[in-house]
Amino acid sequence: MFRIGVDVGGTNTDAVVMQGDQILSGVKSPTTEDVMGGVVDAVERAITDAGIEKSGVTAVMIGTTHFTNAVVERRHIARTAAVRLCLPAAQCLPPMVDWPDDMCEAVGGHFWMAKGGNEFDGRKISALDMAEIDTIAAEIGEAGIDTIAITSVFSPVSDEMERAAMARLAERLPDASFTLSSEIGRLGILERENAAIMNASLRALSERTVDAFGRALEKVGVTCPYFITQNDGTLMNRDFVQSYPVLTFASGPTNSMRGAAFLSGKTEAIVVDVGGTTTDVGALVKGFPRPASTTVDVGGVRTNFRMPDVFAIGLGGGTIVSAEGEPLSVGPKSVGYRLTQEALIFGGKTLTTSDIAVGLGLADFGDTSALTGVSPDHMQAVKAHTDNMLLNAVERMRVSPDPIPVLAVGGGSILVPEQVGDLPVIRPEHFSVANAVGAAIGQISGEVDRIFSLESKSREEALNDARKEATDKAIAAGARPDSIELLDQEDVPLAYLPGNATRIRLKVVGDMNG
Amino acid sequence: MAERLREVTNADLDAIEIGAAILGTGGGGNPYIGKLRCREELKKGRRIPVIPLEELPDDALVVSLGGIGAPVVGVEKIEEGEECLRALRAVEREVGKPVDALISVEIGGANSMEPMLTAAQAGLPVVDGDGMGRAFPEMQMCTWSIYGHREAPAAMADEKGSIVVIRDTPDDIWLERIARAVVVTMGAAAGLATQPMRGAFVKRAAIPGTITQALNLGRAVLNAHQTNADPVQTVINQERGRLLMTAKIVDLERHLKGGFAVGHLALEGFGAFAGDTGRIDLQNEFLVFRRNGNVEVCTPDLVVVLDSDTGLPITTEMLRYGQRIAVLGLPAHPLMRSPEALAVVGPAAFGYDDITFTPMETS
Repeated sequence: MFRIGVDVGGTNTDAVVMQGDQILSGVKSPTTEDVMGGVVDAVERAITDAGIEKSGVTAVMIGTTHFTNAVVERRHIARTAAVRLCLPAAQCLPPMVDWPDDMCEAVGGHFWMAKGGNEFDGRKISALDMAEIDTIAAEIGEAGIDTIAITSVFSPVSDEMERAAMARLAERLPDASFTLSSEIGRLGILERENAAIMNASLRALSERTVDAFGRALEKVGVTCPYFITQNDGTLMNRDFVQSYPVLTFASGPTNSMRGAAFLSGKTEAIVVDVGGTTTDVGALVKGFPRPASTTVDVGGVRTNFRMPDVFAIGLGGGTIVSAEGEPLSVGPKSVGYRLTQEALIFGGKTLTTSDIAVGLGLADFGDTSALTGVSPDHMQAVKAHTDNMLLNAVERMRVSPDPIPVLAVGGGSILVPEQVGDLPVIRPEHFSVANAVGAAIGQISGEVDRIFSLESKSREEALNDARKEATDKAIAAGARPDSIELLDQEDVPLAYLPGNATRIRLKVVGDMNG
Repeated sequence: MAERLREVTNADLDAIEIGAAILGTGGGGNPYIGKLRCREELKKGRRIPVIPLEELPDDALVVSLGGIGAPVVGVEKIEEGEECLRALRAVEREVGKPVDALISVEIGGANSMEPMLTAAQAGLPVVDGDGMGRAFPEMQMCTWSIYGHREAPAAMADEKGSIVVIRDTPDDIWLERIARAVVVTMGAAAGLATQPMRGAFVKRAAIPGTITQALNLGRAVLNAHQTNADPVQTVINQERGRLLMTAKIVDLERHLKGGFAVGHLALEGFGAFAGDTGRIDLQNEFLVFRRNGNVEVCTPDLVVVLDSDTGLPITTEMLRYGQRIAVLGLPAHPLMRSPEALAVVGPAAFGYDDITFTPMETS
């Protein structure tokens, strides 16, 4: 019974083989343009290193930043029809009103607003008008668009209209694929609609990419089911991620934090993930990343996903350092993946943070004789500067005076000192493949976020109802019923509304079945 | 004296959004959507002219207006767009006279933007001032009502075309109650305009210059971001305010009471305030700040909660355990501190019979 965790990053594809809590192997391989090559290479080597039979692998979990990168780079984005059911409400701010122009252009900027939508208590703003929907279907067909995002006012309270509109549009446009905002977002129509439109625009890419993962595993000869990790460190099956690629947007930092928690055995900690160019600092609470409280931009588009609260600084293993005699500066420029050509210790001409670490004896790679021209004083000054950058970032994310540990992970984590302020630093084994480990230990979740009326039931009863609904969702998604626990629960009373309406957000997680 | 604000342009909106949220002291709703709506009006070639309070003619007719409803509904069921304009026209019909200028009932939060975008639609100027200088949860908690103006007849309009005119009520508290019942039926979001006021009265009763104040506050924060200055200190300097505490939220409790979000935050000081404990009580807005058990700042003075790093305001719905915040006290305008005002917006009006208002400068 083995599990394989894979992390497909922009630069490297990492893979680990795990048996229960044991890590049997961990490898890194360059990411390839087609995604497949890197996955094949990494998974094959991880299996060989672990010395296991392919037939013993029961699940493969894949984390990827592919879809986030597509949005940030405006690549592989499909032309999308945005349909909003709202009239007469909400017409003053049409779909994509606050998007950056180039992103709006990438999805084509096509939108329709139609009658529909609900009030906060489920009443209809106006009834769906099927003749109007038919007209929209004809126009979408004429424009040659085959991916559609439907958003209805208060659909987190009632998704009936989104479903009815989808059914009608699907009759008229049998080849179209659909994204319903109620399935991916929470209250806040602009942010939820943004997520739905981005999701719709990424579905074709998602289908190709997930297929590529499947073909890669087939090529390796691994025939078990595979899963993709989502924003909160939980897993989605292949069909689900093909439908909801946006739910992977923050999986990179989440996997590294969850992996760090697992590798160190700590559940309350600050995680410092040092890559080649940047360092991500986040906080672990009960073994999960602490979520950000505000809206999070993805490629300049506002969303309200639950994303980990991450503070990024321009410090990595390839960060460029000022030469001796110049005013002291560190970054934010980096030689990035060209480290092994451009750093002094690799025969290059650029002084980097890796050179400093090797020069001070903190790490042992490359050619130290190339560093004779750099004085110990300068190295110490740079080190003091980078230590201070890390201290500030860690302090910013720290939530209590308790002496919780700092977990240093990622390829560049040699830059992290033994102690950050008063906090001890732990460098867990396999730290450089923490992301792949985080993917391998992904859990199954169920979430509820909607408004409950407390007119006929108590707050406790409403919370119980919500917990049951979330648990059912988790079990349906493949969680083992006896392993389910409450991860997060929050209720916000709705100010000004009599009848004591309250918004409950609640999430449960459980271990994967089998 | 700096140049008077004569017009709000696109370049001002980001700053007003931040400044209005700071003055909202945690409540008043998020001005982001209002900012986008103003931007859309300006894109159509419309303008938002501003008239300084002291230049208002004595006989001008001024209508105070804004959105009424639940902030969380406001971010989901966005308005059709002309709710306030229809409410304004209904009030004009009711009194049989055209209106000359608009004014915000509360500068704090989302209602900072509503009169500006209605001004653009109606082709009227908006007065640089408002009826609270901050945000409060109920309509009678504004200076118009406190200093003798009767809000009825008032008109409410929803996105569907319904218009409700409340012709007369025994007092403004009854107007608030009836309007509240109407807005729930309308789907918890509506535009509301109240009986026109004469310019002479507005000049006496309005908190002056609050659009300019919000603009300058927001500009100060944005400017601090650009120059890597301390945004929290920048806000304090701008407002004759005081840093009460830099703290972490170590407990957070919110529940429902009479349709309002009521609760408190427990704080643990850090930095220069290490060792102090703090507590903030909230009823939609932050109302009372205590240090080590003693009241230090209370309503109507402003208790402002900012993110300690960015200086950006944190509203009550964004609060979470573990947040690092800076708590500021900003003095309320003297019009909000008079005995008449304290009877309506002082601590006793929110159920704190044991707290006597003391201006924050002397506490």
